[in-house]
Amino acid sequence: MAEKNTQNTGIITPEMAKIPAGPLEKKWTNYKDHQKLVNPANKRRLDVIVVGTGLAGASAAASLAEMGFNVLNFCIQDSPRRAHSIAAQGGINAAKNYQNDGDSIYRLFYDTIKGGDYRAREANVYRLAEVSNNIIDQCVAQGVPFAREYGGLLDNRSFGGAQVSRTFYAKGQTGQQLLLGAYSALSRQIGKGKVKMYNRHEMLDVVVIKDEDGEPRARGIIARNLVTGRIERYFGHAVVVATGGYGNTFFLSTNAMASNGSAAMQMYRHGAYFANPCYAQIHPTCIPKHGDFQSKLTLMSESLRNDGRIWVPKKLEDAQKLQRGEIKGRDIPEEDRDYYLERRYPAFGNLVPRDVASRAAKERCDKGFGVNNTGLAVFLDFSDAIKRLGKDVVEQKYGNLFQMYEKIVDENPYEDPMMIFPAIHYTMGGIWVDYELQTSVKGLFCIGEANFSDHGANRLGASALMQGLADGYFVLPYTIQNYLSDQIGVPRMSVDLPEFAQAEKAITDKIEKLMKIQGSRSVDSIHKELGLVMWDFVGMGRTAESLKEALKKIDAIKKEFWTNVYIPGEASSLNNELEKALRLADFIEIGRLMAVDALNREESCGGHFREEFQTPEGEALRQDDKFSYVACWKYTGEDSEPELIKEPLDYEFTERKTRNYKN
Amino acid sequence: MDKYINIKVKVWRQAGPKAQGHFETYALEHIFQGASFLEMIDILNEKLISEHKDPIAFDHDCREGICGMCSMYVNGHPHGPDSAVTTCQLHMRKFNDGDTITVEPWRSHAFPVIKDLMVDRQAYDKIMQAGGFVSVNTGGVPDANAIPIPKPVADEAMDAASCIGCGACAAACKNGSAMLFVAAKVSQLALLPQGKVEAAQRAKAMVNKMDELGFGNCTNTGACAAECPKSVSLQHIARLNREFICAKFKD
Repeated sequence: MAEKNTQNTGIITPEMAKIPAGPLEKKWTNYKDHQKLVNPANKRRLDVIVVGTGLAGASAAASLAEMGFNVLNFCIQDSPRRAHSIAAQGGINAAKNYQNDGDSIYRLFYDTIKGGDYRAREANVYRLAEVSNNIIDQCVAQGVPFAREYGGLLDNRSFGGAQVSRTFYAKGQTGQQLLLGAYSALSRQIGKGKVKMYNRHEMLDVVVIKDEDGEPRARGIIARNLVTGRIERYFGHAVVVATGGYGNTFFLSTNAMASNGSAAMQMYRHGAYFANPCYAQIHPTCIPKHGDFQSKLTLMSESLRNDGRIWVPKKLEDAQKLQRGEIKGRDIPEEDRDYYLERRYPAFGNLVPRDVASRAAKERCDKGFGVNNTGLAVFLDFSDAIKRLGKDVVEQKYGNLFQMYEKIVDENPYEDPMMIFPAIHYTMGGIWVDYELQTSVKGLFCIGEANFSDHGANRLGASALMQGLADGYFVLPYTIQNYLSDQIGVPRMSVDLPEFAQAEKAITDKIEKLMKIQGSRSVDSIHKELGLVMWDFVGMGRTAESLKEALKKIDAIKKEFWTNVYIPGEASSLNNELEKALRLADFIEIGRLMAVDALNREESCGGHFREEFQTPEGEALRQDDKFSYVACWKYTGEDSEPELIKEPLDYEFTERKTRNYKN
Repeated sequence: MDKYINIKVKVWRQAGPKAQGHFETYALEHIFQGASFLEMIDILNEKLISEHKDPIAFDHDCREGICGMCSMYVNGHPHGPDSAVTTCQLHMRKFNDGDTITVEPWRSHAFPVIKDLMVDRQAYDKIMQAGGFVSVNTGGVPDANAIPIPKPVADEAMDAASCIGCGACAAACKNGSAMLFVAAKVSQLALLPQGKVEAAQRAKAMVNKMDELGFGNCTNTGACAAECPKSVSLQHIARLNREFICAKFKD
């Protein structure tokens, strides 16, 4: 069916991507006006599986159930409220223009397209900007306690990559509050019996069954009950995957420990394209690494860049003294400080997009100006803000972040500047979806960070929450009906069908193979090795050589894993090490795919920086004539190279420019 | 300045919900004080795996203090001796060379042990399902700025809403009461005009569900608020009681 979709040309046209015709601002309205719907009596007869309970998954599950569908919702944590969306700090964008500072739907659309370095689909991004306002309304109605001004109206702050204040926030816990809003809507539907919730269950495969015309369709999943170890089968008329990104390929990232890319790889192996895997976002404001035992990196919200100023010493000898611990940041006089973002990018200053800020930090540290014992940190300084606003105001705005920093680093950020360094944070790449958020497998949908659709090569701050909720509340509940309307005659299928049995057998075989290796390496030790290869060779600065080297090293790691991993315990009971091993097996494949894609993309754009392609000033140099396309990778077998299929990106409504944050 | 310490960790090991549990003591050398408590457990688990022993099962995920998944009783306190942090934010600098650290799962009738330090907290989800929401469907809601909300009210609602549902309050309570958890949600939604409409009904439904699930009664000992990693205030319990009494009067 993949062949059918691309008509053997290796090209995905706008028609194949189901992008509605007509002017940009009319596309979504036209789509909704003409799409097929499912009537209430039929909705009751249709089962939808939603995997994941983050912003996208929980909002989709709740909304679909409210509409009348039967929903089966899965999460790997002990409660749906714990999905990693909860850790998003800074805020959520919307084009409300409450601040009267010139914002509009078009401007949010334009900033997102530009921020993504002209590698996102215009129609999807415009729709995202359009529904952004509904999200804020919805969340307020649910009782999300957004920050307010003294007059009682909603407050906004500014974020990277924008010149307006369009970010709504709830202290430094916006993700938590939005997720709890979606979780409460989900809880209501669980209470009503419209959603059947499966906690501590991990999806291990999607089950695809051919219909009478030979068309493969997603009809269910195989999941492992993480408490009992039992492998279970579930049927659904459609499957929606909302399992987040694959940043943990790097081992150390800002993702939660259990965040993984396995569901994406399961879809990929069934013929769903993996789009732009090399687009990974490295977030500039994380707490620097402190030791080899470290399990994760902690993000400090980008909102800190509103009032904090980023700098390193101007003099190399000062940096060396800092690295030896002989002086502190506050000992360096104002005139000897290099506020390098303000220097290089006067128009946006400390609020340049994340990829630009991260690379600028790397550039300074590579030149020897790093400010901690590893030389891999820059300062984020609030002394000016404290002088200007007073300590109380700073504390009110960022108190919980300052407290978090102090607990981790054991230094008081009100007195000494914070130290920060870039870390893997988000993956813009993901499973390819059409305008309806359907993958290249019929009946298989992918939403939130797990898909590739809206952020191009770089995501702007406060846009992840927006996309997750847009997909789950306002897009998928519409578009999935266009698919399900044709499925009303399909009766619930038995999970005893041979396709379910085969899928389960493949899983149990794989688990048995892993358990039998009984080698000498722990899962984490191999994962850390993979992470270092990813960071060193597929990280912030990539070259053809480094990527080729990465491929060799990843292949060696794969061999080591499959011959020398040690998993204690049994497969038929609770077994954390087995869970991690199954995820790592997929991370190794994703790492490889990231390197393959990065090698293919001979240009620099957004989060993908090929050192061979930069301007004399060190800025990313796109190659629009050659690479203005979505790179969709199609699985061709366990031991063969994936096939590249291209979705050209034609910019009909915006002029493609070189990103400029200088003036 | 952080340095390296040698410690002993006395951990509750329990193979399954019905199995007999026991303490096991492990010696760990050269633990960096900048490591988090869970990273120390990671190191211990790596050691156990290298000795082909069963690693300690424990819940954890975000490791930045917000998901509410980690749930250890450390030296007699939920989330350990530091104040206003979860176990994942507790650092080894809070301990001294030579210490023996006792680690147990949540102690609460309503949170049965699954394995080792891992407990079943679905009871909290069930309380939420009974009424921890505003009954609105997706779409068709008024503009976000249609109803102004005084800043102090919004701020207080936010403080209540900061609850992470970790279960420390019920685990700390000698009565095993979940009142602080319930109060935080009831209070958040009762404060806001959007949630006010169903406030009394919500309080009643959530309290009834809490009682039904085997949580104890509140006797205002304040242990919950003292141990809460997010410093949710006891005042919210007073507001819950107010809403609950209102609901009873209406009956």
